[in-house]
Amino acid sequence: MFAFAVRRITQAIIVMLVIGLLGFSIKQKIGDPVRDIVGVSVSVAERDALREELGLNDPFLAQYVRFIKNAVHGDLGMSFFFKRPTLEVILSKAPATLELVFASSLIIILLSIPLGIYTAINPRNLPSRIIMGGSIVGVSIPVFLTAIILIYIFAVELHWLPSYGRGETVNVWGWESGFLTLDGLKHLILPSIALSSIMLPLFIRLIRSEMMETLETEYVKFAWAKGLSRRRIWFLHAFKNTLLPVITVGGVQLGILIAYTILTETVFQWQGMGFMFLEAVERSDTSLLVAYIIVVGALFVVVNTIVDLIYGLVNPTIRITGRK
Amino acid sequence: MKQWKRFKNSYFLHSFKRDRVAIVSFVVLLTLILLSILAPVIAPHNPYDTTTIDIMNAEMPPSWMEDGNPDFVLGTDIQGRDLLSTMLYGLRLSVMIGCGAVFLQAIIGIFIGMISGYAGGKVDAFLMRIADVQLSFSTLMVAIMISAIFQVAFGVGRYEQLAVPLLVLIIGLAEWPQYARTVRASVLGEKNKEYVEAARVIGLSSKRIRWRHILPNTMSPVLVISTIQVANAVMSEAALSFLGLGMPVTKPSLGSLINSGFEYIFSGSWWITLFPGILLVVFVLVINLLGDWLRDVLNPKLYKG
Repeated sequence: MFAFAVRRITQAIIVMLVIGLLGFSIKQKIGDPVRDIVGVSVSVAERDALREELGLNDPFLAQYVRFIKNAVHGDLGMSFFFKRPTLEVILSKAPATLELVFASSLIIILLSIPLGIYTAINPRNLPSRIIMGGSIVGVSIPVFLTAIILIYIFAVELHWLPSYGRGETVNVWGWESGFLTLDGLKHLILPSIALSSIMLPLFIRLIRSEMMETLETEYVKFAWAKGLSRRRIWFLHAFKNTLLPVITVGGVQLGILIAYTILTETVFQWQGMGFMFLEAVERSDTSLLVAYIIVVGALFVVVNTIVDLIYGLVNPTIRITGRK
Repeated sequence: MKQWKRFKNSYFLHSFKRDRVAIVSFVVLLTLILLSILAPVIAPHNPYDTTTIDIMNAEMPPSWMEDGNPDFVLGTDIQGRDLLSTMLYGLRLSVMIGCGAVFLQAIIGIFIGMISGYAGGKVDAFLMRIADVQLSFSTLMVAIMISAIFQVAFGVGRYEQLAVPLLVLIIGLAEWPQYARTVRASVLGEKNKEYVEAARVIGLSSKRIRWRHILPNTMSPVLVISTIQVANAVMSEAALSFLGLGMPVTKPSLGSLINSGFEYIFSGSWWITLFPGILLVVFVLVINLLGDWLRDVLNPKLYKG
């Protein structure tokens, strides 16, 4: 297990270095750090002096090493637009995104498990077929369209729920939370439903297929033969073994939700990282863009590594086959 | 003629004829593709011809509503373009970009998957790690990142001019791992079979064995994921266009049409968003349904997860 963990973590570090290299080359090729600092109305001579001072004439590799060093210390450069360190800007936007992701994952988990089990136990009855049919329709509706339709129905026509923004937030130890006010929760409903709509069908299908596979196994047949009650077989014996693949695939999928937050946040003008990222693209704020790529990259790598480690912990075969 | 007869008696056609969902989706898909190809002929107006567009016609509701104009069956968009025509041209763009992107990812993916599966060892481990890492970032994220970088690098004006080839490139680069993994998995299954050994004994070159003997036998899983991948590519294109990283408003795809309509939904102009949205969903849905059916019929061992 130790060797496995070391190997996975080394790999994660290599991936992070490659992401850093990509981010760094983007900055080199597209961005202009001098412009980021002084703006456009400064003479060429002063620019060149500053360029030399910042070490921008050093060889590529030396600059890359410096970039990585700074990044490890949490310095990802200054944002051209905000005139603040990029990491600070991103961290100030992170709570909004994380709360949105949390609320959607909650919806996904609470709905997909019962629905997935139900459709696996009764594969042929009418409600199951409606759920499965609905899930394929759900996969085909883009998340931004769901969001727009929700806004049109609940905000424009019915005036029940607010259509954009986060509403009232409370500052809890530097964390701007919308969970603690009624207004904040109201603002959270539509975005989190929209965000969960893309993953919910996938999770239902995943749980259903895993559960059906488990129900075919020998030990479940043996449990039937032993005369155990149906509930016990379904929820205790079968479901437990369904959970394993669901956790691993699910962990990765929840990471992927971050990608979809860009779409949801744009529609709802939710002041999170995704919204900030698109604004950075529009303003050609290269430093912020690169910092976002690195932060989100790190987030993905961390989530994936943890999921892999958990999987290695509960399923020893993965550790052995990986060794060769 | 002989081939036709073989096709007529095949299990493939037999199961197609028995599956009502498959037939309906196939007919709908065929109609939509025909409509998109024939868009310049059947569309009542030309949305790219700025001389025929009148801003006074902007935001007209569909013809069956009050203030509707029988000239514009589904109403007009914010620039006064006939919505039906713009949608047809948009669908055409979406189909073009989707198919182009899938073609590109298939080429990259099949090539890498074949090398990876056939060579094995270190090469295989290295290529598959790249694929795994890229997949773990989700294809949409990768596509958004690449397009954001392209847009900043090229500048908005130039990006919009080159939007179609760039989108094909972006989505192609973002989604090749799916193909690579599928092809690799089936190459691994095929390469130790007797016919490959026989070919090797005859003394054929490994290049010939790979591309002429193994490749045709890996085609059924490739076919299955191709259908789903077209749907994915169309969705990705719509998402990028919706974010303003895709087709410009002057040459809208379905995604950019939905985006331009979204700003006007608060004033009650729901049709600019709804009709392109329905078209997009129906298009993607029938492809997904056909893909599901195809998977059941060909039943290849697909890479799970």
